[in-house]
Amino acid sequence: MEAYLDNSATTKCSRRAADIMMRVLMEDYGNPSSLHGMGMKAEDEIKLAKKKIAKTLKALEKEIIFTSGGTESNNLAIFGSVEANKRMGDHIITTAVEHASVLQPMQRLEELGYRVTYLPVDASGMVLLDSLEGALDEETILVSMMHVNNEIGTIEPIEAASKLIQKKAAHALFHVDAIQSYGKLEVCPKRMGVDLLSVSGHKIHAPKGVGFLYIRDKSKIKPALYGGGQQKGLRPGTENVPAIAALGEAAAECAGHLTSNAGAMYALRDSFISEAEKIPGVTINGAKGRDAAPHIVSVSVEGVKSEVLLHSLEEAGVYVSAGSACSSNKQSVSSTLAAIGLKRELLDATVRFSFCPSTTEEEVEYALRQMAEIIPFRRKFTRK
Amino acid sequence: MYKSFLIKYGEIAIKGKNRYLFEEALVKQIRYALASAEGAFEVRRLQGRIYVDALSDYDYDEVMEALSHVFGVVGICPVVLVEDEGFEALVKDVCAYVDRVYPDKHMTFKVHARRARKNYPMDSMQLNAALGEKLLLAFPDLKVDVHHPDITLCVEIRENINIYSTEHPGPGGMPVGTNGRAMLLLSGGIDSPVAGYMIAKRGVAIDAVYFHAPPYTSERAKQKVVDLARIISRYTGPIRLHVVNFTDIQLYIYEQCPHEELTIIMRRYMMKIAECFAGQDHCLGLVTGESIGQVASQTMQSLAATNAVCSMPVYRPLIGFDKKEIIEISEKIDAYETSILPYEDCCTIFVAKHPVTKPNLRAIERSEQKLSDKIEGLLQKALETAEVIEVEGKE
Repeated sequence: MEAYLDNSATTKCSRRAADIMMRVLMEDYGNPSSLHGMGMKAEDEIKLAKKKIAKTLKALEKEIIFTSGGTESNNLAIFGSVEANKRMGDHIITTAVEHASVLQPMQRLEELGYRVTYLPVDASGMVLLDSLEGALDEETILVSMMHVNNEIGTIEPIEAASKLIQKKAAHALFHVDAIQSYGKLEVCPKRMGVDLLSVSGHKIHAPKGVGFLYIRDKSKIKPALYGGGQQKGLRPGTENVPAIAALGEAAAECAGHLTSNAGAMYALRDSFISEAEKIPGVTINGAKGRDAAPHIVSVSVEGVKSEVLLHSLEEAGVYVSAGSACSSNKQSVSSTLAAIGLKRELLDATVRFSFCPSTTEEEVEYALRQMAEIIPFRRKFTRK
Repeated sequence: MYKSFLIKYGEIAIKGKNRYLFEEALVKQIRYALASAEGAFEVRRLQGRIYVDALSDYDYDEVMEALSHVFGVVGICPVVLVEDEGFEALVKDVCAYVDRVYPDKHMTFKVHARRARKNYPMDSMQLNAALGEKLLLAFPDLKVDVHHPDITLCVEIRENINIYSTEHPGPGGMPVGTNGRAMLLLSGGIDSPVAGYMIAKRGVAIDAVYFHAPPYTSERAKQKVVDLARIISRYTGPIRLHVVNFTDIQLYIYEQCPHEELTIIMRRYMMKIAECFAGQDHCLGLVTGESIGQVASQTMQSLAATNAVCSMPVYRPLIGFDKKEIIEISEKIDAYETSILPYEDCCTIFVAKHPVTKPNLRAIERSEQKLSDKIEGLLQKALETAEVIEVEGKE
């Protein structure tokens, strides 16, 4: 049996999205900027995708800019808003648990002379709003906070954060990395009070190499690339039409089944957690119940290195991610796991299971059975 | 512009009656190296010379690169071969050569002629003088300097006439295959690929054995070893790589033996397994990347304890090298970047925090007696289930 439980790393492309991609590749292959009919057909594909996506966000079509994926969306949002608003101040706020595609741009901005505040989180990975309130000042030009943490699944208090920003630094832009939440939870930038919102295609059953950035109408950001003026000059370059068309379809599919999919994955998550906790030495990281996303479970296993557990599960056909790499190769441990105050010996003993709507109970049960077998055996072998 | 390359070789020339064996091996290795380059080539031996002729279009840099990996080659000279159609024709050819190879003539030169075919009407000295004069007439910017010329224009009168002026260094050493075959213990690190390169440089063909330990080592770590074998096979020729699943043996040793002796005992079993494959592959010895004192398992005492299980000689070409020197060679042969890829494994579990550095052979042997129940069966299984990967320089 095989069980792909690494859907937060990437997902299988949906059949309908793949079919549309193939059709656009082979038939509507024109350049959307061309003046002739072939160009118009390609442009129509982009318009249609935009329409589908805008509907899922309850947003305007013109608020969607297509990118190459999550990393580019995050970079464009961060550097683009700082570049456009640098005269307003030099202070940026983010959190200690962001993805590398937010943290690394922040480190770059620090090198360029900006002040960056990294907000701490509680033991469940939830950002401490008091510290946000304390950090906001007149010089704050950007706040960047993820919606769902990619390692532990905790849902951050976006709406409450937005209210604080409105109150204390109304001119600051609010960016949300929604890469792990879009398509799994309801994401409505207007209601959440968000100016910029990043999404990646391949996390929601669209192909790799495509994503989008929602930019609230009238929000000012500068492009990161310069060229032929496509997408209002904010993201020039011939659009990746086949992938964009597929993304539109995948987004619509997710939105169409949002509630039932989330319900099914929450049920899987709940039963997985209660069974996993019965294995001695196993703890679950992150928020509980509906304070966490339905599809991500972070599991720490005392006395078994994450890579050993990962490869043992792999031998049994179960595919997961390591929370962070084995310490023997001196890679830095996960900043999220460190930020939630996980015990040192668990930092490299943590794996992530992540589901998708087509994950079955059988797959989850199979993975649990494997864990129950592997963990006590592998625990016998530790460094002395 | 070059259709041919003249291959110069060194030590082979002094090998007396075995010389033809060495030359044949060199030709074979050159052919193997050229198989990875695009184009059709002929490699021929002629009067104590080896020529590579291009029979089709080819990429000059790619061919140079391929030839510079062949042990036994001392120099590679891109050469123009012309028919002997009299001195006037030769002057024309030599001038045309200089004109094409050196667009800027502000330089000094000398002609170095060699009359290998003794029925040519002019001798070497006369050729030097006459060709030098004609060149000076043709290109007034040229100057003669017989002591430290910028270029030395070689003109060799053989069956054909060879004109060349540049020589790219080869790697030296002896053609692979002229000194038997050895079994290399290959890991994913920096040292063992360099050891394989060094031993092959002396004409030894190699096969290799890699010990992997899933789930403690990953599939990527294994792929890295295959990639390293491919990198050194550009020098060593094809490598038969035996991939041994070592996990069960490792776990058994862990359960039965003192922790601080794990590494030494593990290495002794690795040597035993390597020796079995060496026997199968008709190898005359084992090769490791060990250098004295580098880590706990490479002290004189540890090496002796590991060595004690082998009946074959164990060659350690890096024994006196510092890490820095090993890295230099690793970089030279393009293995370094692959060697340092971070697909480390969790094998550190099997490395004691304080391993023995001066193991006592008796004590080690006593510890190993605790393995007597199952170890033979586990060794047998490891040998039988090993995977064989035939690695060649071409992707």
